[in-house]
Amino acid sequence: MTTLFTSDHEWLRIEGDVATIGITDYAQSQLGDIVFVELPKVGRALKKAEAAAVVESVKAASDVYAPISGEVLEVNEAVTAEPALVNSDAGGKAWFFKIRISDKSELTGLMDEAAYKAHTACETRKNK
Amino acid sequence: MLLRDHQTPLKRTPLHALHVSLGAKMVPFAGYEMPVQYATGILKEHLHTRRAAGLFDVSHMGQIALRAKSAAPEDVALALERLVPQDILGLAKGRQRYALFTNEIGGILDDLMVANFGDHLLLVVNAACKDADEAHLRAKLSDVCVIEPLANRALLALQGPKAESVLAKYCVDAPKMRFMDSGRRTVAGFDCFVSRSGYTGEDGYEISVPAEQAEELARLLLESGETQPIGLGARNSLRLEAGLCLYGHDIDATTTPVEAALEWSVQKSRRAGGTRAGGFPGAETILAQFGNGAPRRRVGLKPEGPAPVREGAALFVDSISSEQIGAVTSGGFGPTLNAPVAMGYVPTPFANVGMKVFAEVRGRCLPLNIAPTPFVVNAYKR
Repeated sequence: MTTLFTSDHEWLRIEGDVATIGITDYAQSQLGDIVFVELPKVGRALKKAEAAAVVESVKAASDVYAPISGEVLEVNEAVTAEPALVNSDAGGKAWFFKIRISDKSELTGLMDEAAYKAHTACETRKNK
Repeated sequence: MLLRDHQTPLKRTPLHALHVSLGAKMVPFAGYEMPVQYATGILKEHLHTRRAAGLFDVSHMGQIALRAKSAAPEDVALALERLVPQDILGLAKGRQRYALFTNEIGGILDDLMVANFGDHLLLVVNAACKDADEAHLRAKLSDVCVIEPLANRALLALQGPKAESVLAKYCVDAPKMRFMDSGRRTVAGFDCFVSRSGYTGEDGYEISVPAEQAEELARLLLESGETQPIGLGARNSLRLEAGLCLYGHDIDATTTPVEAALEWSVQKSRRAGGTRAGGFPGAETILAQFGNGAPRRRVGLKPEGPAPVREGAALFVDSISSEQIGAVTSGGFGPTLNAPVAMGYVPTPFANVGMKVFAEVRGRCLPLNIAPTPFVVNAYKR
């Protein structure tokens, strides 16, 4: 099992040809209190970089883009029922959806945890 | 995400250092670097204000003293009445009133508070409009008035059910004031202008204090365990739940007071048949709309589902119609209601509580019910 990250602050846990996808703890801390989450329909064929889910804070709505292409196998109804779960456990219980990876070569551009940490440290500096 | 380039240098309020020390996230707003939230976050700040007391820095807003050259109070009141459809002559000393600068087509140039300080009027205007408002006042009223922007004063808002008891510790007069009373008061020994008003729907006060004493006063007001600092994020969700307009969004130079459902702010003396009817920019259009109605109207909107419907969302008659009938002008999540709330404009025939319209959100049509405002009950001490 490998965990990979995107520069848009999503994480992907890869198990065989299935990827579980969520947003990072850094992303939830930047968004603030999450009050609404919309997830894709099971069975939808997602193309890499298309809007797949929406997270909304009190202030604003943000798109979550599909980090890779694939068919949606399962969505986490717990986060639509309780959006605050994203704030309390972004990297765990608050996963968003699972997809069947259609092209493993799309994983090559993604970051490992160390690279992602360096990326967020850089963004934190820029935001200051 | 959340990146912004600062093209022009941002101004800072006298409380900037305090915000930073309190862990505020600072963002550009109307040319100022302002706290959008503190460490606890918008949701908790919002709920804390409704439950106890919140302290807001609104020093970016414009404070303008307006005096008659003749020094006669009625002259300054009559002069301002040339620019607003409100009764200023009838505004008693020590009282404050909501007012609107209108333009020639009956639109709104800014909304403001006007307080009668006896020998002058005190105007509080929106930050983004203050330079234009000052120029407007100079252009139209310099013949009879002296216009003095009070740039060296900060403005704090203390809002919530505990505001009275918190302020009473530093201002003996605070509990005696009623909603929209306004005047000079000593607060913690400082020479302040205090009004019992605000922008949250809660009881509370706005306190104008000399800039050099603002931080000390803010720290005193925060000392009580009841008060927390509140950022612009919660200020917006609080005013939205209270059904209050945000200039540049819910009202602007193209919306009339009648369209904006602000008829209550225009007193009888300025309406047709009144003792000083008309005489303000756009009077013909506005007074005609008082008689005949306006084609569109601002309404409260409650989405049926859990998804917030935000500013700019197009409104439709039904889920299949392609003809847009209006738009959402403010929308988001109401933490007190734990549900989304919005306001926007619809054709007047649709502006009835209980009717349903549909908003397009991410390619889907979501039902919203026309709802009465405020969405939460006002707690003003009248």
